[in-house]
Amino acid sequence: MTQTETDIEGTLLDEALIVSFAELTRLCGTNGRAVKLMVAEGLLRPQGCQPDDWRFSGDEIRRARLAVRLQHDLDLNLAGTALALDLLDELDRLRTRLQALELLAEQRRR
Amino acid sequence: MQYKDYYQTLGVARDASQAEIKRAYRRLARKYHPDVSKEPNAEARFKEVNEANEVLHDPEKRAAYDALGNNWRAGQDFRPPPGAGSSSGFHFEQGDAGDFSDFFSSIFGRAFQQGGGAREARRRRGQDQTIRLAIDLEDAYRGVTRQIRLDAPEPDANGQRSTRSRTLNVRIPAGVTQGRQIRLAGQGGPGLNEGPAGDLYLEIELNPHRHFTADGRDIQLRLPIAPWEAALGASVTVPTLGGSVTLKIPEGSQSGQRLRLKGRGLPGTPPGDEIVVLEIVTPPAKTEAAKEAYRLMAERLPFNPRAELGV
Repeated sequence: MTQTETDIEGTLLDEALIVSFAELTRLCGTNGRAVKLMVAEGLLRPQGCQPDDWRFSGDEIRRARLAVRLQHDLDLNLAGTALALDLLDELDRLRTRLQALELLAEQRRR
Repeated sequence: MQYKDYYQTLGVARDASQAEIKRAYRRLARKYHPDVSKEPNAEARFKEVNEANEVLHDPEKRAAYDALGNNWRAGQDFRPPPGAGSSSGFHFEQGDAGDFSDFFSSIFGRAFQQGGGAREARRRRGQDQTIRLAIDLEDAYRGVTRQIRLDAPEPDANGQRSTRSRTLNVRIPAGVTQGRQIRLAGQGGPGLNEGPAGDLYLEIELNPHRHFTADGRDIQLRLPIAPWEAALGASVTVPTLGGSVTLKIPEGSQSGQRLRLKGRGLPGTPPGDEIVVLEIVTPPAKTEAAKEAYRLMAERLPFNPRAELGV
């Protein structure tokens, strides 16, 4: 058994982070064709017109990786993946609102 | 090591058809997929389901598994028959057999032991991994260093499996929001045949807070106020993540009204706001003086709170 300890600062995948088409492809562990198909489906919305100019934000990286995983693990097609991602986003928004409302209700009871 | 009942994992009979196995696997994969599921232990269940499917969907592996006999029960102490796993020649589809259990490896071998053929000797990048990291809202506001311990199997010089334990002291920057990911390059699963390691992604989950809820960088607070503060206006002290501030409540305020403290949410470009939701609370009428005050209000303030209901 080996043991190591490391101090580390990661990369925050937020709006401030911008990556290229090639970098996104690498981060997703997929190929350029798969990324182009996701853009064509509207599942990813890079800035720029041509693949060489495309710029993806940190949140697009999260979406793209999630899309690749869902396609692979659940054998989803592209349209189904896009729908799943939109529904998951909506679910997150609703959970956030529900949590806020539940806290309000709980505070009233306290 | 413990015997695993793959049929039980997928909830199918031992004589289930390939179509039944596929259907059961698909259903459970959707249910426990860690990106979709909020079930407790979703990730562990998803791995078990995948491992069961890896064996049962492949007629050769299924036959080898069935050959162990059907007198085993899940969790029973299991010793592999001599020779199992060493030169099985089984192929792995995703190269993620390293994720499977010792029980699996004892029958089908380990991915990283398959050094023989040209196909297996290919350098392969390690898998990316994602772990959820729960932090308090205060830590998201200020930034925090969190210690993460990772134990990963690793082949030693003799090709046996040993454990590599790593501790990462990860700096979480100020202003992370719910669901935000942090990428730690090269800290994921180890590569195969000297391939590079995968990346580790931390997904931030904010712990529930007693007073605040977060929506992106905006923070919401329910602020109880007295009826006279609402009616007459007042300056009151309000907690924010960065400490107390003074908030001016306009006269004639009502419950449910929202006031915005600009830039008092989670930091960022731009920083979030604190949304203060006013709620009028009434003082109890326990003393004679308090009762008298309420009677006086009833007398002096002609007011029908139910006018909107038409009664």
